[in-house]
Amino acid sequence: MRFLPILSAFAFGLIFGAGLVLSGMADPDRVKAFLDVTGAWNPSLALVMGGAIAVAAPAFYLAKRRRRAVLGCGVAAPEDKLIDTKLVLGAAIFGLGWGLAGICPGPGVVLLGFGARGAFIFVATMIVGARLAGVFAPPSVP
Amino acid sequence: MSIVIEPAVLEQALAGGVLIGIAAAGLLLVNSRIAGISGILADATGRQASVWQWAFLLGLGLAGFAATRLGHAVPPALGQESLPLLAVAGLLVGFGTRLSNGCTSGHGVCGIAQLNPRSLAATAVFMLAAGITVFVTRHVLGQG
Repeated sequence: MRFLPILSAFAFGLIFGAGLVLSGMADPDRVKAFLDVTGAWNPSLALVMGGAIAVAAPAFYLAKRRRRAVLGCGVAAPEDKLIDTKLVLGAAIFGLGWGLAGICPGPGVVLLGFGARGAFIFVATMIVGARLAGVFAPPSVP
Repeated sequence: MSIVIEPAVLEQALAGGVLIGIAAAGLLLVNSRIAGISGILADATGRQASVWQWAFLLGLGLAGFAATRLGHAVPPALGQESLPLLAVAGLLVGFGTRLSNGCTSGHGVCGIAQLNPRSLAATAVFMLAAGITVFVTRHVLGQG
């Protein structure tokens, strides 16, 4: 077991989580205010996705060009480009849950660290939901 | 409708987004992994579990813990929300993200950063569905 990739994964998790807290993505009220376009709309969270994509895009471009990462293992293969029913239905179901609670998976894990009881319920049921999806709609690509 | 613009909040949102982008870029270039949190969480709690996934999740959770140490309060919404509603929402988020193979991070950030058509479609659909859900709960049912 190599130690360095584990340490780097931990560090990137910490940075990712700090970004979620700082940006307001871990605050369900802020998320709902962003989604509430017809109410008192707070568009600030658009900058979170925009900022993250702007920084990540060159890295993905670079990774595609060199196909081999710093620590040696190949870059994850891109998904197939098919837009199918599973993708659209799954995204719609995810959006329904996100709109109800104002929490998506990353902030759910971050909020566990806040020690909030609601976060434990949310993350536990999220894991159950993921298992159910694996049972009812197993991934077609191994 | 009205638009709420708070400059300090905009700066924090952008700075937080940049941190998220740095983490996603780092995980890709150093670990050769996609920072898709729904997938990492599902794999870590399933048969494909590996140590780097738990290390990443530990980092995420520790960021939340560190935030409380630095005086960040637990978001009030989390205390007010009913637990059954959070349970239903969690089920839907877990099921939906696995069915579509990605969430806000995997499709919304990493997928769009590669201009992946699946991710562009998924992001459009989940943003729209979430927006409709907030519209119905707030302005039709008069809740939350």
